[in-house]
This record gives sequence, structure tokens and C-alpha cells, in this order.
Amino acid sequence: MPTSRFEPSSIKNKIKREEVAKKTKKAKNQAKLKKRLEQAKVEANDPAARKKRLAENVPRTLDNMREFDPSILTADPSSSNQNEQFEELASDLAQDPFASYFTTVDDPTVPPKILITTSPKASKATYAFCDELVGVFPGAEFIRRKKGKGFEVGRIAGWAADRGYKHLCVINEDMKKPNAITLVHLPNGPSAYFKLTSVELTQQIFGHARATPHFPELVLNNFVTRLGHAVGRLFQTTFPQLPEFQGRQVVTLHNQRDFLFFRRHRYAFRSTEKVALQEIGPRFTLKLRWLKKGIPAVQRIGEGPEELMFEEPSQSPTTTPADAEEPSEENQAAPAPKQKTVPPKQDEFLWQWKPELETSRKTFFL
Amino acid sequence: MPPRKLEIRNSILYLYVKTIERAHSPAHMWEKIKLSNSYSKALEQIDNELLHWPNFTIHKCKQRVTKITQYLIKMRRMKLRQQPKLIGVKKKLDRREATRERKALAAAHLEKSIEKELIERLKSKAYGDAPLNVNENIWQAILDRERTGGQAEAEGDLEELEDEETDEEMEDEMDDDWGDREFVSDISGDEDDDLSDLEDAEDDEGSEEDSEEEGSSESEDDEEPSPKLPKGKRKPPTNQPKARPPKKQKKGPRVEVEYEEESVPVSKSTLVNW
Repeated sequence: MPTSRFEPSSIKNKIKREEVAKKTKKAKNQAKLKKRLEQAKVEANDPAARKKRLAENVPRTLDNMREFDPSILTADPSSSNQNEQFEELASDLAQDPFASYFTTVDDPTVPPKILITTSPKASKATYAFCDELVGVFPGAEFIRRKKGKGFEVGRIAGWAADRGYKHLCVINEDMKKPNAITLVHLPNGPSAYFKLTSVELTQQIFGHARATPHFPELVLNNFVTRLGHAVGRLFQTTFPQLPEFQGRQVVTLHNQRDFLFFRRHRYAFRSTEKVALQEIGPRFTLKLRWLKKGIPAVQRIGEGPEELMFEEPSQSPTTTPADAEEPSEENQAAPAPKQKTVPPKQDEFLWQWKPELETSRKTFFL
Repeated sequence: MPPRKLEIRNSILYLYVKTIERAHSPAHMWEKIKLSNSYSKALEQIDNELLHWPNFTIHKCKQRVTKITQYLIKMRRMKLRQQPKLIGVKKKLDRREATRERKALAAAHLEKSIEKELIERLKSKAYGDAPLNVNENIWQAILDRERTGGQAEAEGDLEELEDEETDEEMEDEMDDDWGDREFVSDISGDEDDDLSDLEDAEDDEGSEEDSEEEGSSESEDDEEPSPKLPKGKRKPPTNQPKARPPKKQKKGPRVEVEYEEESVPVSKSTLVNW
């Protein structure tokens, strides 16, 4: 269908065609510029008009076109029972495996212990990255991955849990570069596996600040779904509960479209509206691949069957009250024998990423 | 000459022997002999079964048995160990994710969102009543704003001192104070103390006289107006922020002098006398 408008492309002569095309293009640009200038002039006098334009003219992004996910508790304004949802969220949070971190009355000056290790046969880049991580987490300790059999992640996790570690962080490497992080919450899980990309160490960041040993503040941005909250809280528990504000350090884990951007800054309030930030480093990006319920499984195939044991006879109700009291006192006096943390034999996935989950670009999970 | 072969099915060894006498029925040409699980017995079996075969062939068969037993043992041992699972590299997927990551990073506006969050924390008083990570003058500005214009306090001096460093910032604060000031002027009928600097801000001399009177009447308030005055003077520029800034700088030193004398009423009266 021929357009009623004159099209310069219909001109046969190339020189003429170019000339005309240039002219129309210029005229168009000029008109646009003129319009903008006029707009600016109007808005300089009338800030309300500007406000109105900005309010109306919101660009459509993947973030604000995100598909609704029933596990997003805060993002559904249409539902009538919002209070109920919030209550549900609160009760969820109170019962999740991280709740103990918020309820314990441990000494707040002691940061949670974190064991950092690598995959077997790590190389230089991975060790450098581990050093950085040790600097980031106040309670972190690096231990080289032992060689040989019997040092599966699950077994190490059990070992660490028995020694009071709160987290196990395993840096995986591929092609001599760190490529994944397994973060295990001890002693009962969950454990998460993240793809690790765009690692930049402190040294590589231009104009970086130096870290101080103060406990940093945490900023966890944009975690909205149930899964997102779990991941956010997993990170929250790796840091001490009470930050030392005089250090003015802030660690950020920003979730954007399921990518978790890790940054560390020093800040200074310049005024009531302005903050100056200086990056401390390192920076890296994480992407969740799976979340398991417990600590990583160890398939103990070679293990023999459990020994047969007699069930201990429960106390008969006929015993005298005096008899019953005595052992209970003994129990109170003697500390209960420490239970060994045993990794499970089977993994139980809470969530697992699959390529087919990402068929729509507007679907996000965190 | 392959008259014999060894085969392994489900870790069971079989010796296959071909006999030419059965060549007329190919289906039965091969004789399949199951070998014992025990290695030494298996070797004996081979010796017995291949009685009239050349030594070389027997030897080869035994070698094969040895090899197979060895790798069966190794297979069993490896099964007991937890082997890492190998996963293929998916280049296309990696490339796609790298692009998405780049775009997400651009959309995140990281520094901006961090700054926003920090300011929000500061304003919501998440840092406690006496925060260690904020300059006192900024903290004071926030408190003042909460009190909707509030009374100027001893911190006024600090503001004075740090004023020169942070001219722009002061302007920012004042812009924020802008709305508040209007609000307070309504209250003015009730609380004269709060008023004074506000009135200073809006009117020039008449209000100053007012505050002067108050200062003289109440000895306690004497200390307060002194910081107030400089503040009041600095505030007027905010009403017409574009025109004033140079003047503000000129007044700076004079303000300090006034403070050191700690005789505000005098300074004000002198001002009036000017």
C-alpha cells in the first residue's frame, strides 16, 4: 500500500535522495529540539507540570512489568487481606531456620563464625578471592581444602557445625577461576549454590578505600518473594547482628532481576540529602542455582548397615517419685553428650534453577 | 585365529571357545563357559578348558582375565566414593546470562539505591539517638527538621564552624527547611522563642528587635539567641537562594566575631543603629 506521505526512498537519483533524506531528518530533529526547549521553559516556571510529566511518563522496564508471583507477599496491592499476608510472612520468618540468629542472646561482639574453603585443587585466583571474603565477613576463617577421600562438602559441613561454625562457604573454581559459591547455613541448612561472575578484587577497583575491622552495616535490596527472603536472610546471618556504625561501612546485596550484586562501600553523610560513597571492594555478582533444605548430602555407599541395638526401656510408671527425681537431677547437672551433625544421604531441593524456567524475561524468582 | 574370547557381563566372566566342528550351525558355533568368581579358580578353569590350545593363546586369555578382574575391583571401589558430577559448559546460556547481568546492573543504579537506603535509615533514626556515623551538624539538621523548624541549640555553633566547608550542603538543608519555615510561622503566635529566628528569616530588622527584647528579658535565653542570630542571618538567603550566596560568604567572618563576644543583644542593637 503506497503511503500518502512522500518518501525520499522513492527517489531514484542517489545524490538527490540523500539530500532530501538529510533535510527531512534535520527538520525532524529540529522540531524535536524545539519542542523540548519549550517544554523546559514551561517547566522552569511551573514545577508541577514537570512533576506531572514525570509521573505520567514512566518507562516500562522489565522490573515494573514483572509477572506476579503468588509468593511475593508485598507486591500484590489487589489482594484485600494484606494484613493477613504480612502476618503470614512474619510467622514464616519466625519459623525459618534463620530465626535462631535473631533470637539468641549470644554476645553481640562475637561475630558468627564462618568457614571458608575452596573446591579441591584450587588455584591462585580462588585463594585470592577467599582472602577477600575473609576480609568481608568479620567472623570468617579460611581453611585449605584437604586432599584425599572423605572430605566431601557435606562431611566438612558436619564437622564445622560440631565446632560452632554458623556457615560454610565453599568457593568452587573452573578453568582456574572462581565460578561458584556454596553457602551452607549450619547446622541444619539450608544450603544455597550461586553462580559467581564478574569478580573484581579490591586491588582492581580504582580509588578503593581500605576496610576497617568494624562490623559493617547491611543493605539487602529488592528481595521480595519467599525464596528471596530466604536468600536475603541467609546472607544476613553471615554478619554480626549489631553493626559498628563508627566504621561507616556498608555491605550491599542488591537483587536486580535475580542477579545479586555484592558491593562494599564506606559512606559519609554530606548533608541530609546527600551521601558520599567510596567503594571498598570486592565486587561480584551471584545468581542462585539451587537451594537445598539441609546441608549437602553425602552418599555413604560403602557404609555398613547400622548396628542392631536394643531399645532402651522407658521408665516404668511404677517407680517412686524419689527415684524419678534423682536421674533428672543428674541429667541437669551433666551436659548432654554433644550430638554429631550427620549430613543426609539424599538432597532435598527447595528450589532449583532450570533453563526452561527462564522462558519469559519478566519472570523473576527472588 | 580368534577361536576364544573373554566377555564380561554384570561382572561375570565368560570364556568363549569356537570349535570348527560346529561350523555347520553358526548359532551353536561358540561355546560359552562361565568362569568362577575367584581369580585363581578362573585361571585353573582356563587351563582345563583350553587343554589342547597353544600356550600363547592360554597365556593371552589369562592376561585378559587378570586385567578384567583388576578393573572390576577398581570400578567397585570407585562406586563407593562420592564422585563429583561433571556438567557441560553451555556457552550460549553463559552468553545470554552475561548480557542479562549487564543490563540488570545498569537497571540497578546501585550507588543511587544504596544512597537512598542510607538516607532513609538516617532519617528514620535507625542509627539511634546519638549516631556515631553522622556529623553532628547534619544530625542536628535532621532533628531540627523533625521538630518542624525547632529551636536552635548549642549545635548552632558547630554549624557556624563547619559552614564554610559545606556551603552547598547548607543550601541543600535550607531548601529542605523551606517548607517547614512556612509551617512554623503559623505557630509563631504561641511560641515566641521558636519564632525569633524564623522571623529573622522572613523579615529583616523588625523581628530582630523582637528577639532582642526577649533576650534581654530572660537571662537564660541569652545564650541561645547568639547562635540563633547567625542562623537567622544565614537563612534569609534560602528565601531567595539564587540571589544571596555571595553575601552569605561576606557575612561569615562577621558572624564569628559576634559569637566570640557572646553579646548578641549588643550586636543586634548595633545592627539597628547602623
